[in-house]
Amino acid sequence: MKKLSVKTVVAIGIGAALFFVLGKISIPTPVPNTYISLQYAIQAVFATLFGPIAGLLIGFIGHTLIDATSYGPWWSWIIASACAGLIIGLGTLTMNFNDGLDAKKLLRFNIAQIVAHLLSWGIIAPCLDILIYSEPVEKLFAQGLMAGAANIVTTGVVGTLLLVAYAETIVKRGSLNKEED
Amino acid sequence: MARIAILSYIKRDSLVHELTGRTKLLFFIAWSVAAMVTYDTRVLTCMLLISIVIFKISKVRVRDISFVLGLAAIFLIMNNLFVYLFSPEYGVGLYESRTVLVTIAGPYTITAQQLFYHLNMTMKVICVVPVALLFIACTDPSEFAASLASIGVSYRIGYAVSLALRYIPDVQREYHNISQAQQARGIDLSGKDKLFTRMKNSVAILLPLVLSSLNRIETVSNAMELRGFGRNKKRTWYTLRKMQKNDWIVVAFVVAILIIDMVVTFWDGSRYFNPFV
Repeated sequence: MKKLSVKTVVAIGIGAALFFVLGKISIPTPVPNTYISLQYAIQAVFATLFGPIAGLLIGFIGHTLIDATSYGPWWSWIIASACAGLIIGLGTLTMNFNDGLDAKKLLRFNIAQIVAHLLSWGIIAPCLDILIYSEPVEKLFAQGLMAGAANIVTTGVVGTLLLVAYAETIVKRGSLNKEED
Repeated sequence: MARIAILSYIKRDSLVHELTGRTKLLFFIAWSVAAMVTYDTRVLTCMLLISIVIFKISKVRVRDISFVLGLAAIFLIMNNLFVYLFSPEYGVGLYESRTVLVTIAGPYTITAQQLFYHLNMTMKVICVVPVALLFIACTDPSEFAASLASIGVSYRIGYAVSLALRYIPDVQREYHNISQAQQARGIDLSGKDKLFTRMKNSVAILLPLVLSSLNRIETVSNAMELRGFGRNKKRTWYTLRKMQKNDWIVVAFVVAILIIDMVVTFWDGSRYFNPFV
């Protein structure tokens, strides 16, 4: 494995802190006991900006901290969070914001995040839960797909808006024009 | 929005606090692996009793962590409820026998097997809770990165974890400031607005937060780079302590538990202890 750069190390640390803080803030939805998990939008943005390893570790560290400070770690979901970050990071690996953000890049970001959340919450989390906690299969898949769908919507809306806003703050290549006189 | 109550380090003078971070980390990992592997009621009962004894030794009071226990209780109740609603006969399949105690309506009966399954499932979670909470409450955060590195995790990752712990209060304060400022401008995140509006509003808070975090990443990583972070293969830690006699005893103890746990659980070829047949 290539060594992590200093910037990635710091991005993981601060990304995990953001993940943790947002994970502790609950924004209610109409469905009882379900909340908008803003932390996944941030994780997706950071995975896009800093790469798959950053996405993986932000999810792992952030989710472990959330769980350990509330009711003990639920490892299967922690691993699923980490995988989501990894897959989004892999899917957006060569994305570059220096020449602006177009519809194609946004589409790619969204495909990556949809695939990532479907795999993580629809397959990885329930399968690990069956293995570890031996809970009824129907309950686990229902729960996983619910969580996955909620995360896809949150990341799709909030993550996309964040990326668009972020790209606007970057000075584009060739944005300076010679003044005609 | 008031400050969120978060469990953190509670300084006390106890045997648990005296152990090195490395010992506590190993204990925590081994303990949660042991609880994940087993579904044996006898093992789970022993683990639950031991974890309560450890909690007593640590001198952390129930009052210190009561808000966390409340959350854990809600989580467990919801989980049990969902499992029962989805498959009220799950325990019957698992323990291959059926003893009906009460019939409610339709497929919803209460069987002894289902109750026993719920008991096991709940114990599996509960016996990790005191250990996990103590791990957070009794480990000095500044020692945490050192203990991660000492069990073989790359020091870069250890450093990332300690950065996360260091910046949680800062990020929290910043979130609070930004959200107050945006609320003053009429942006609302509570249940009064429509869901989509609420999501859009959250961007108004998250964007400044993300941008300031990116700035912070820039500053911190420059500072670290200037001090030569990542130059060497290894790194020493100011807070790393030597293992004492007690540490070795605790490590040996938890390894023994893990082994006994595996043996008892898989001795008869099944993960479940079945008192019904």
